[in-house]
Amino acid sequence: MTAPTERAEAPGLVVPRRSRVLEGLRGYRLIAAMWIRSTMTYRTSFLLSTFGNAAITLLDFVAIMIMFSHVDELGGFTLPEIALLYGSCSASLGLADLLLGNTDRIGARIRDGSLDTMLVRPVPVLAQVAADRFALRRLGRIGQGLAVLGWAVSELDQLHWTVGKVLMVPVMITAGAAIFGAVMVAGAAFQFLAGDAAEVQNSFTYGGCTMLQYPPTVFAKDLLRGVTFIVPLAFVNWLPALYVLGRPDPLGLPGWVAYASPLVAFLVFLPASLAWRAGVRSYRSTGS
Amino acid sequence: MRQPTARRAGLYGAVAAGGFRRYATYGTATAAGVFTNTVFGFILAYTYIALWDERPGLGGYDQSEALTFMWVSQALLAAGALIGGGFQEEFQERVRTGDIAVDLYRPADLQAWWLAGDLGRAVFQLLGRGVVPLVIGGLVFQLALPTAPLRWLLFLVSVFLGLVVSFALRYLLGLAAFWLMDGAGINMMATVVSIFCSGMLLPLTVFPGGFGEFVRVLPWAAMLQVPVDVLLGGGGGAGGAARTAGALGFQAAWAVVLLGLGRLVQSAATRKVVVQGG
Repeated sequence: MTAPTERAEAPGLVVPRRSRVLEGLRGYRLIAAMWIRSTMTYRTSFLLSTFGNAAITLLDFVAIMIMFSHVDELGGFTLPEIALLYGSCSASLGLADLLLGNTDRIGARIRDGSLDTMLVRPVPVLAQVAADRFALRRLGRIGQGLAVLGWAVSELDQLHWTVGKVLMVPVMITAGAAIFGAVMVAGAAFQFLAGDAAEVQNSFTYGGCTMLQYPPTVFAKDLLRGVTFIVPLAFVNWLPALYVLGRPDPLGLPGWVAYASPLVAFLVFLPASLAWRAGVRSYRSTGS
Repeated sequence: MRQPTARRAGLYGAVAAGGFRRYATYGTATAAGVFTNTVFGFILAYTYIALWDERPGLGGYDQSEALTFMWVSQALLAAGALIGGGFQEEFQERVRTGDIAVDLYRPADLQAWWLAGDLGRAVFQLLGRGVVPLVIGGLVFQLALPTAPLRWLLFLVSVFLGLVVSFALRYLLGLAAFWLMDGAGINMMATVVSIFCSGMLLPLTVFPGGFGEFVRVLPWAAMLQVPVDVLLGGGGGAGGAARTAGALGFQAAWAVVLLGLGRLVQSAATRKVVVQGG
């Protein structure tokens, strides 16, 4: 084993940071490719589950459409406006889920001891954990989210599109995915402490997305403050989308915060990755 | 292989207790599940309030009944394995690896064995993941929970029937592994249908027109919509009593049909089994 590892660093062997990142990306790619090949063995099942992955979230939207068969507005928002919220957050979560979603299996790996084998491999653990069981079927959710987003944009033709608003849409999706990704890494780190608690992570990601698909006006102010300043999910799509829709933020934040999403994503990744490192360092095998 | 009924009941009782204990060991996972159900409960509660503010009486519920509907469904989700989970993945894995042959050799009925284990799991989930979110929801929001003990008793009967229907349907998914080998795709599709058709996203009475009527007679209605309606009382007086009796009969009918179908498919599946030595 000649490649540098994250854990077994021989004294005197200085591993440049850059190469470790590249090692991680390379490892990620190899593991993900292996899982894609493996998934393709059962092609029917793959197609069914990709379709199912899209359908599972599409039905969320169908439920909203059923609501709108009874009402014209929800929280003062029309259906196309809610579709913009729904599509953007679904695409962001889908992207984060595809790239990092399997980090929530870390608790199960700690429990069954299979994390130990990952620690001795010459690839950063995070890359291994994230690429583990790489699920290409998650393209289903991304595609479905983008489709609803496209419909929303076509229905919102009364909006005065500026360059800033047009640029905001892709920025919103990628920065949103990064924020969700950071929450996933933080959640995985938490499982070193708490044991198998994948669902806590899910309530911030899937639960967060359920919340973000409805307009902020529906929720209590305290909840809005919580998801703006503590777990900054509001930056995933609420604040950028309010800017695109030309609507005021219920918390009365200044307009420029709509552009802050990439910065917020970076700011949450820092503590998340530090927590992850602390988690890996503190790990004691159960020996099972 | 005839056994006295008492001994057989004891056997399945032990299997059910095993199912209960097995899930009881996952303390952290249960706590995390309670957290999740509570978080989702809060988010959905606000959307329900917004919707019922706009359209009071929608689906035949006033706002506090709608909120009760939602919080009780959060309490039942894990028990009914409506969002996935449950035994069928393990069953399918045993089919794939061939371990199912061991199950077939047991002096017990295959379907009853798995039913007992799944009911044990469900009872744990009901207590472990059901009670706390409902209590929290009841403390924070104005719920329309009944006070009459009989109503709760009828609710528990309805929950039990709902769990049997849920099991019977998932047993068919498990058996599908004899033909499909990999159950992931079909499980996913089944979860999609169950989330939508059980009333988890929105009470089925809110679904419009003929489509709504169709969804309300499917077996998934028996897993969530019907138990919650039984708890909410189905209206007062003799009409309410008749509706409750009708609801329980609806669930029982689906339980019998699906369990029977399971036995038919099971005998076809077990004839297919070829145990390879090795």
